[in-house]
Amino acid sequence: MLKLTRRRTLAVMGAGLATLAGSRLLVGPARAADRITVLNWQGYGTDESWAVEAFTAETGIEVVHDYFNSEAEMLTKLRTNPGVYDVVLINSARSQQAAGEDLLTPLDLANFSNASGLAPALSDNAYLKTDGKLYGVSWVWGMNALAIRDGMDKPASYAALAAPDYQNKVALFDDAVTMIGIGAFLSGQDMNDPKDLDKVAEQLKAMKPNVKLLWSSEDQWNKAFSAGEFDLSVYWSGAAVRSQRKFKLPLHFVVPKEGAIGWLDSLSIPATSQNQDAAAKFINYMIDPKFYVEWATKVGAPASANEKAMEELPADDLNREIHKPEYIETMTLMAPLPDERRTAFNNLWQEVKAFYAA
Amino acid sequence: MPPEAGVAGLPAARRRMPPWVATAALLLPSYAWLTLAVLLPLAAMFAFSFLHATPLGNKPVVWTLEQYRAFYDQPYLLGVAWASLSIGLWTTGICAVVGFAAALALVRATAGRARETLLILVLLPFWTNGLVRVFSWTMVIREGGFLDTFVRWFWPSAPSLGFLYTTPAIVLGLVHGYLPYMVLTCYIALLSIDEAVIEAAQSLGARWWTVLFKILVPLAAPGLVTGAILIFVPVIGAFMEPRILGGRVGVTMGTVIEDQFTQAFNWPLGSALAFTMLAVVLAVFATFSGVLRRSAAT
Repeated sequence: MLKLTRRRTLAVMGAGLATLAGSRLLVGPARAADRITVLNWQGYGTDESWAVEAFTAETGIEVVHDYFNSEAEMLTKLRTNPGVYDVVLINSARSQQAAGEDLLTPLDLANFSNASGLAPALSDNAYLKTDGKLYGVSWVWGMNALAIRDGMDKPASYAALAAPDYQNKVALFDDAVTMIGIGAFLSGQDMNDPKDLDKVAEQLKAMKPNVKLLWSSEDQWNKAFSAGEFDLSVYWSGAAVRSQRKFKLPLHFVVPKEGAIGWLDSLSIPATSQNQDAAAKFINYMIDPKFYVEWATKVGAPASANEKAMEELPADDLNREIHKPEYIETMTLMAPLPDERRTAFNNLWQEVKAFYAA
Repeated sequence: MPPEAGVAGLPAARRRMPPWVATAALLLPSYAWLTLAVLLPLAAMFAFSFLHATPLGNKPVVWTLEQYRAFYDQPYLLGVAWASLSIGLWTTGICAVVGFAAALALVRATAGRARETLLILVLLPFWTNGLVRVFSWTMVIREGGFLDTFVRWFWPSAPSLGFLYTTPAIVLGLVHGYLPYMVLTCYIALLSIDEAVIEAAQSLGARWWTVLFKILVPLAAPGLVTGAILIFVPVIGAFMEPRILGGRVGVTMGTVIEDQFTQAFNWPLGSALAFTMLAVVLAVFATFSGVLRRSAAT
């Protein structure tokens, strides 16, 4: 009985292996080695048609895209579609989670010829590493800090958000992580792990007489700012460039002494990718200054993690003026947050919002 | 087969079908659709509300009642809930007064083509996207908006009348969006009132307010109640109008629940809050229906 079962099991396994091998043979040639699939937000650099065409012309590698609408969706797609993706965009706050689930391949920057220009603070960032191994190539970054109307004094500290000079003239970003981060800065705590949330709440609640608006989209911000509803706001660095360039809004982006709240997007190769070399070539092209300068000047892009690329932008380029290299050192990157802390942040921000409304 | 047999056979077959088959056939599509599109997702959300965290990825599923303690753990939510209820009451109240007056005018003072045109004008807001309507209000009522511009034509040094980012702004947007429900339900209720009743009252010397409050309002009460229910329920869950027109003060149960789903990614808390609100709404209606039945009996 036992023998029979074992024989049966072996037979089934053998048949399974044969099928697998057969399907590999069948699928192998159909899935050409010179075709890679990139998983990214739509319209976020990698899918610029001129860039993809130039890359294909240079290397013969065809690039196709798939998109996600949230980071949770990106992780789900990686988990449930092994072997489908070759390059994936991951925010540095999520890299460790993905690497911890064995979804990514460890990388060696020595294999990327354009990596020499990457700012070490970004390319060597601890959030991109798990167990000492690097899982992402830093690509673009940006900051959340303050924007002030032209002609007004530039605020030296986030404390200006609660200063009586700006009564009813402040707009805050409706985002728990950013606002808790500012409250933590003001109460002298670690933005990513404030131990005393009551002090954070105290700092944020002190802004009440100033708060006119909580914005959640760039469009809403631009309309309210041009209508003169507020003068000082928590704002995105990239959006500040667009508001000035496209809508000629009179504003300055200011990084106060506490530093900016930074984010970093990196490109990774899924562990199950079948075209790791081609994927690495594409990532190398993405951090090429040539690609970046064209993307930033013709289309508009966040700041490049490649310092050489930033230096090749025209000297008066707004993107370059706002994303000064020293900010890379002074900004605090958003860290991976454990679930309980994320929930605590969200609940606190919700409570502060209710306090503003009351 | 002679043709008469077929003709005679067909009605016989029809007659044999029991009436419940036709009823079931007529009801099945809509009930199947409701089960599929409303009840199943609702049941899933109800199940979610007993989870510890959103079940995604390889997180273990933990069942808990903690989400329903939210109002106890985070007492500020009581204030938010009260703000939502009062916005709901204001909106429903204003809709009732304005909508009843409009319906009364339509029924008693217009006829024929004019009435049709006016009814279509009432329905017009439904034909435009809700988001467009709300955003157009922001242009009108913001400081230096159309309202201020208009007033300053006549009085150049007028102080700003802009009231964007206040509770009245939220109520204004909601009344605009939901008024047609009240007009239509009251219109139908008023239409069915017998003209002779009013004439009888007037011939007995009743003044207009007696006719209004002793005859028209009580007889049109079913329309008022239906309109109030149709308005009150979506309004206390509204999140778009408070967010866009309310600015800083636009924190309602609707926006808190929306945040749990879109920003905080805490579906269990979001659904627990939603079901708590549902319970409150049902309790409000249970109370109201008792009061109405008693007043109808006396």
